[in-house]
Amino acid sequence: MAHALLKIEGINKRFGGLHALNNVGLTINKGEIYGLIGPNGAGKTTLFNVLTGLYQPDEGTFTFDGQDLFRAKPHVVVGTGIARTFQNIRLFGEMTALENVMVGRHIRSKANALGAILRDKKTMAEEKAIEAKAWELLAYVGITDVAFERARNLSYGHQRRLEIARALATEPKLLALDEPAAGMNPSETEDLKVLMEKIRKDGVTVLLIEHDVKLMMGLCDRIAVLDYGKKIAEGVPEVVRKDPKVIEAYLGAAHA
Amino acid sequence: MTMALEMNKLDTNKKVGLFLVSAIVLAVLPFVVGGLLGNSWLRIIDFALLYVMLALGLNIVVGFAGLLDLGFIAFYAVGAYTFALLGSPHFDIHLPFYITIPLGALVAAFFGILLGTPVLRLKGDYLAIVTLGFGEIVRIFMNNLNAPINITNGPQGINLIDPVKIGGLSFGKPLEIAGHSFNSVYLYYYFFLALTVLVVIMAWRLQHSRIGRAWVAMREDSIAAAAMGLNIRNIKLLAFSLGALSGGVAGGLFASFQGFISPESFGLLESVMILAMIVLGGMGHIPGVILGAVVLTVAPEVLRDVIGPLQMHTFGRMLIDPENARMLIFGLALVIMMLLRPEGMWPSKRRKAEFDDAKKG
Repeated sequence: MAHALLKIEGINKRFGGLHALNNVGLTINKGEIYGLIGPNGAGKTTLFNVLTGLYQPDEGTFTFDGQDLFRAKPHVVVGTGIARTFQNIRLFGEMTALENVMVGRHIRSKANALGAILRDKKTMAEEKAIEAKAWELLAYVGITDVAFERARNLSYGHQRRLEIARALATEPKLLALDEPAAGMNPSETEDLKVLMEKIRKDGVTVLLIEHDVKLMMGLCDRIAVLDYGKKIAEGVPEVVRKDPKVIEAYLGAAHA
Repeated sequence: MTMALEMNKLDTNKKVGLFLVSAIVLAVLPFVVGGLLGNSWLRIIDFALLYVMLALGLNIVVGFAGLLDLGFIAFYAVGAYTFALLGSPHFDIHLPFYITIPLGALVAAFFGILLGTPVLRLKGDYLAIVTLGFGEIVRIFMNNLNAPINITNGPQGINLIDPVKIGGLSFGKPLEIAGHSFNSVYLYYYFFLALTVLVVIMAWRLQHSRIGRAWVAMREDSIAAAAMGLNIRNIKLLAFSLGALSGGVAGGLFASFQGFISPESFGLLESVMILAMIVLGGMGHIPGVILGAVVLTVAPEVLRDVIGPLQMHTFGRMLIDPENARMLIFGLALVIMMLLRPEGMWPSKRRKAEFDDAKKG
């Protein structure tokens, strides 16, 4: 029996008259790559923002790794072990790639203002460890050669990788990636796929939003489909792709 | 990596040299200035050091954390009044400076949190307006807290504030050494310099720490920063309180140096001037901010001395009142400077690159 890492039930989120998430529930198991697909405006990113604390849901339950995260603040969510990337890359543009990853270590380090000013041994040792870990993660995603470049000057593919390294720096149990392959060419997408397999093999559960259905079918263990804020299907890729409701949502009723 | 490390080693000699030269210059500066130009100029240098501390404090809030604060002078006022109330005949309390200055800094830091808490959700122009209001509120309180109980002595201000005393040495009286008399501006110079160095070290170390990185991250993109696990509320409050701390120290020093304070010294124009020092010097860059503070303190005084005689010499009479002409030229210089060099006189590499990119489009 698979062990549930994240579980939400009856999540509702409204923006004025728009019912962005309607009674959504799902369970992500430890160690799987879980895909979230759906047409534009289906509520995928809204769900993502709820799962990472950027949006506060109106109703529902949200537990992660045994802890209640309903309406928790983003830093609490990250502390519990959920890290994310953004659909429209949000790096700290004027900081170097290395510094970006070092910011990701913030929540796993402790130095306070007094330590920073006095530079005691503990603070200095921690600072060294932060930098070492950041180098390690840059190597992990394969971009050490641009460590001292400002993030905004990196190529698109490097920026995507840097965002993943920065998220991994928070030591997540669940890594949530919002359309990581958007705008990538086939060979870059293939590299990304290898990276995600590696991340999963190293014990991190992956939640993935993606438009590239082919990529999703080959990569994900299970897939949930959102349409108009509702979950219309969930299961292994082979079953989901044949589900008439899914085909209808993507291609229109005539094809069902 | 190894390349970079070796480069650093080569630079170490240069750094030591630079350090020694600046230490010697700073050590003999009062004798040069005091001897050649007189004590009034040394007094201006002392003030420049106070403004360096203020500008470095505000730089934590504006330069590092990116929070626009137009009421920073309030913390200067809080530090100054704390010192004055606990070290003057007003209440007849005479606590020593090593209690009142740290206490003033802590009270200022507390006011920093007091200001920070309601404005957590605000940024940019909205934040600027609220902080502007905060600065004015503090000043107006100082102006009116003389009734029903007289706490601040209102617009008359507080007089006869204790000078700093170290052991038997009072900074209020000239120092006699071997027949030479040194005005108290000499003693204050070294005292201010020592504390300025401490503030510089504090600011520099904060900038290059976990906290400093968090400030930059928040300034760059606060949503991404939150999503990376940064507690935005704490980071903001830390910036406000640590900035206020330096302001409070400078305030206490100001009170003892002047011997007299009144609400008039803590107006909006002062807040604007400190902000101008940062922007003109190079926002977020400590050497730039120091330069900006020194230039903006000294330049108006130079103009004061030069403009009158210059007009007499060229036109044979005063065409424009020197005081007006001084502010006119000063204002014009600021405008031209910002047009030609918006990144400041001495920007950080990062900020310079930012502006260069913007120019290229």
